[in-house]
Amino acid sequence: MLGTGILKGLKETARNVIGSFRDKERLPTVMYPEEKVKTKENFRTFPFLVFDGNDAMLGLRCVSCRICEKECPPQCIFIIQERDENNKAVKHPRVFDIDFSVCMQCGICAEVCPFDAIKMDNIYELAGDDRFTGLLVDKHRLAKSNHYYHQIKPTEADEVDSRLAEDRRKAEEAAKAKAAAAAAKAAPPSSTAT
Amino acid sequence: MNLVERIDQAPLLLQRWAVGFFPAFLQPWVAMLISAAAIIGVFASLFALSTLAERKGLGRIQNRPGPNRVGPFGMLQPLADGIKMLIKEDIVPLRADKVLHFLAPIALIVPSLLVYSVLPIGRNLVAMQCQLGVLLFFAIGASTELSIFMAGWGSHNKYSILGSIRAIAQMISYELPMVLAAITVILVTSSLDTVKIVEAQAGGFWAWHVCTPWGAIALLTFFICALAESNRAPFDLPEAESELIAGHLTEYSGFKYALFFMAEYLGMMAISGMAITLFLGGWQAPLPMLDFIPSWLWFFGKLAGFVVLFIWIRGTLPRLRADQLMNLAWKFLLPIALLNIGLAGLWVKSSAWIAWPVSILLLVPAVIGLGRLLRGSRPRGGKRIYQYAD
Amino acid sequence: MIPGVTIEEKTDPLQGQILEVSMGPHHPSTHGVFRMDVKLDGERIVSLKPVFGYLHRNHEKIAEDVSYLGSIPYTDRLDYLCSLTNNWAYCLAVEKLTGFEVPERAEYIRVIVGELTRLVNHTCLMGFFVQDLGAMGTPLMYAFREREKILDLFEGLTGARMMCNYMRFGGVRCDLPSGWIDEVKKVVAAYPRFLDEFESLLTQNEILIARSQGVGVLSKELAINAGITGPCLRACGVGHDLRKVDAYSIYSRFDFRVPIGAHGDCYDRFMIRLLEMRESLKILDQAIAALPAGPIMDPKAKSRGVRPKAGEAYGRIEAPKGELGFYLISEGGPSPYRYRVRPPSLINLTVLEDMCLGGTVADAIAILGSIDIVLGEVDR
Repeated sequence: MLGTGILKGLKETARNVIGSFRDKERLPTVMYPEEKVKTKENFRTFPFLVFDGNDAMLGLRCVSCRICEKECPPQCIFIIQERDENNKAVKHPRVFDIDFSVCMQCGICAEVCPFDAIKMDNIYELAGDDRFTGLLVDKHRLAKSNHYYHQIKPTEADEVDSRLAEDRRKAEEAAKAKAAAAAAKAAPPSSTAT
Repeated sequence: MNLVERIDQAPLLLQRWAVGFFPAFLQPWVAMLISAAAIIGVFASLFALSTLAERKGLGRIQNRPGPNRVGPFGMLQPLADGIKMLIKEDIVPLRADKVLHFLAPIALIVPSLLVYSVLPIGRNLVAMQCQLGVLLFFAIGASTELSIFMAGWGSHNKYSILGSIRAIAQMISYELPMVLAAITVILVTSSLDTVKIVEAQAGGFWAWHVCTPWGAIALLTFFICALAESNRAPFDLPEAESELIAGHLTEYSGFKYALFFMAEYLGMMAISGMAITLFLGGWQAPLPMLDFIPSWLWFFGKLAGFVVLFIWIRGTLPRLRADQLMNLAWKFLLPIALLNIGLAGLWVKSSAWIAWPVSILLLVPAVIGLGRLLRGSRPRGGKRIYQYAD
Repeated sequence: MIPGVTIEEKTDPLQGQILEVSMGPHHPSTHGVFRMDVKLDGERIVSLKPVFGYLHRNHEKIAEDVSYLGSIPYTDRLDYLCSLTNNWAYCLAVEKLTGFEVPERAEYIRVIVGELTRLVNHTCLMGFFVQDLGAMGTPLMYAFREREKILDLFEGLTGARMMCNYMRFGGVRCDLPSGWIDEVKKVVAAYPRFLDEFESLLTQNEILIARSQGVGVLSKELAINAGITGPCLRACGVGHDLRKVDAYSIYSRFDFRVPIGAHGDCYDRFMIRLLEMRESLKILDQAIAALPAGPIMDPKAKSRGVRPKAGEAYGRIEAPKGELGFYLISEGGPSPYRYRVRPPSLINLTVLEDMCLGGTVADAIAILGSIDIVLGEVDR
C-alpha cells in the first residue's frame, strides 16, 4: 500500500536514534582532540631515519647509498654524501632532507633501503603554517632511535633487529673463518722454521 | 484559586498584574502589547530550541552527536549561530530592486508571527479571541507566499525568479487540501472560533477529532500539506542546493537570511499549533484525571511531538521531484480531502455505528485507487525480480 | 545579462527560449569537479555536454619518467576510493610483460582485498546516490559507518586507509599481520545485517522508487556499442563480468553469481550494486576459508629495477566501476614507453547525454549519481 515503504524507513531511523544512546557502534564519533583513535601498528605516514645507540649522528644506519632518493616517486628526498678531508666518500649523509609537503607517504623508500636505515613513522599531527621551515625536515629532525622504532612498531622492529643480528653473526663467522684460514696459511712456515 | 489553577492560568494572571499598573484608558493597549511580546518571546526562543533539536536529532539519526562544543550539550549553539548571522555582511545585488529586497523578509516574518494570535495556548490563554479565528489563520498564512515572490523578483536573478515561481506553485497547490481538511472540522463543530473548537473536544482523547474516521484522514492530509507549506523535506525543492538552480533565497545573507530561516520554523510551529487545535484537542489533557498538569504544558508537549515528527521525517526521506510533488497534491490529496468532507457530513448526520464502517468502505478503495493512479505503470511496491547470469 | 549564461532564441518566438545552464564545476553533490553544460527547454533537457579535465594530473606522462615500481602509488590515486583494485590491474599488466607468477597465498590475499574494495566502493555509492536524491545525509552516514570498518582493516594490513600501495609485481608487499584474518571474518559476518538495514530503509521507499525507476534508461544496444562496462552494463541485461569472462587470478575457483537487471534505469543500477555486494560477501567467505600458507612473492620477481623485455601488454580487471585496464608498451627500459589507463568512469560517462535527454535537471543529478564516477579516474 502507498506509504508502507516510508513507514519502514521511519522505523529504521528511529532504531538508529535509540541505538545511538545505547550502542557504541551507533555513535562511532571520536571526540578529537580529547579522544584519539588508536592507530594500527602498520599505520604509516612520513619516513624517519633510524639510529642505533644513543648518539643520533654516530649511530645513524644510513650509509648514503641514495637508493631511496632514486626510487622515491615524487622525488622528495635530497641527499648529499659526507666527504672527509681528502674528499673521499664517507658512509654517512652530510645532508638528508625530506620535503614533507611533497612526500606522498607511499613507503617505497623504506621498502627499498638495503640497510634498514629509513622506516615509516606514524606521526600525523604535523600541521604548521610555514612550508619551508616547518615541512622541510633535515637529518637531525628525521633521526629517531631504534628504541623509538620498537615503541611504535614492535613486530617490525623485532623482525629487523633479528635479521640484522643474524647478518652480523654471519659476517663475524665469515670474518673469523677468513682469519683462521689466513692464520693457517701463515702458521705452517713459522712452525717448520723452529 | 488553588495552586493547580494558579499555575494553569499563570500567564494570564501575570498579564493582569502588569496591566494593573496603567491607567484605565491605556489598559487594553498594554494588554495587547504584553500578549504580543509574550508570543514573540516564547516562540522565538522555541525557534532557537528547535534549531538545536533539529541538529541534534538529525545527528543522532545519522549516528553522530550533533553540536556539543558550544555550551553543555551544545545548548548555546543557537546563540552562536545568531551572533554569526548578525555580524555577517549584508550584500544586496547591484541591480536588485532595493525596496522589494528589503521588504521581503519583513513581509514574511510579520504574518508568521501574527497567526499565533488566534491559537489557544492554554485555558483562556488566547491572544485574540475572535469568531473567525480559523479563517484569519489561513488568510494571513497565505500572505506569506507573497513574500517568497518578492524575494525572488527583487533579487534580479533569473534563477531566483524560477525558484520562487516553483516555490509558490508548490505552496499554492498544498494550500487547497490543507484548507479542505480544516473545513471538515468547521463542518462538525459549526464554528470558526478556535476556542470553541478546542472546547468541543473536551472529555478525553476519544473526543478529539483525530479519533474519528474523517479526523484521522484530515490530520494526515493536513500534516502532509504542513510539510509542503513550510518547505521541509521531502518537499524542500525550493531550498535544495543539489538541484543547482538557485532558489529564491540565494541573494540573501546575514540577518535577512536568518529572518527567512526563522519564518520557516515559525510557520512550521504555527501550522502544528493549528493542527493541534483542530484535531488533537488543543490544550486538553488526554485523560480527565491528568488535568492537574497545566494546559499550556499539554499544548507545548503536543507541539514538541509535532516538531520531533518533522525532524524525523526530514532525516529519513529523500526529496520529491517538482512534478511528482504537484501530482501528489492535485491527484491524490485533493480528491481525498473532498471525499473527506462528505464523510464529515455523514458523521454529523448519522451515528458513529453507521459512519465508521461506511467511511472505511469508501476511504480504503479511494486511497488504494488513487495511489495506484499515482504510481502509473510501475509495479506495486516497486518490486522487481533480478535474474542472475549463468 | 547574467555572465556565463547564454540564451538562444528558438525559431518560433512563441515557443520561448532555450536556457543554457552550466552545472558545476563546484557541486553541492558529491562528485568532484565536473561540469555539465545543459540546455533546457522549460524543465526538459534538450542537450547535455559534460566538461571535465579539472582534475587532470598528468598521470600517464609521469609514469613514463618514474620506474615501474614508482608508478604503483600513483595508481592508488586514480580511482581514489578503490586503490587496491587499481594496483591490481597495473600489476596484472606488468606481470604479463615480465612473466612473473603469483604464488597461491598472494592470489587469495589479492582476491580478499579486492572484494573488500568492491564492498567499499558500492557502499559509498549507496550513500552518495541517495544523498544526491536529497535524503539529507542519513543513508550516507550509515554507509560511511560501515566503510570505516573496512578502512580500518586496510590500515591494519597495508598501513594506509585509502592510498594502500599494496600489490607488487609477482605478489603482495607484506604478509597478513596476526589476527587480521579474524577481524576480516568479523566484518564480513556483520555486513549482511547492514545490507538488510539499508534495504529496509530504502528499497521499498516510495519516493526513491518514484525518483529512480524509469529514469535514465539505457538500452542494451547502446550500452554494448558505447563500451559501457561494469554494473551499468549489467543493469541493462548483459551478463558480462570480467571475473567470469576472463577468469583472471583465481576467480574460477569461487562460486558466485552475476546479477543482471532488466530495465537499465537508475533503480536497477542501484539494486545491482546491492546484489553484487552480497555476492562479494560469498566470495570473501570462500576465500577466507581456503587461504593457504606459503610465500607472498614470486621468488624470481623483484620490485626495484624491473626492466621488462620489449613488448606490450593489456591487463584488465573487473574493478568496482567497470573494466579497468592498463595498456603498457615497454622498450626494455626502467620506465614504460607508453602507459595508458582505460578508465571505466570516463567510458561510462560518454552515454550521459543519451540517458538524460528529455528528463529534468533533478533527473540528471540522479543519473550522474547512478553511473558512479570518480573524477580521479575520469581525468587521471
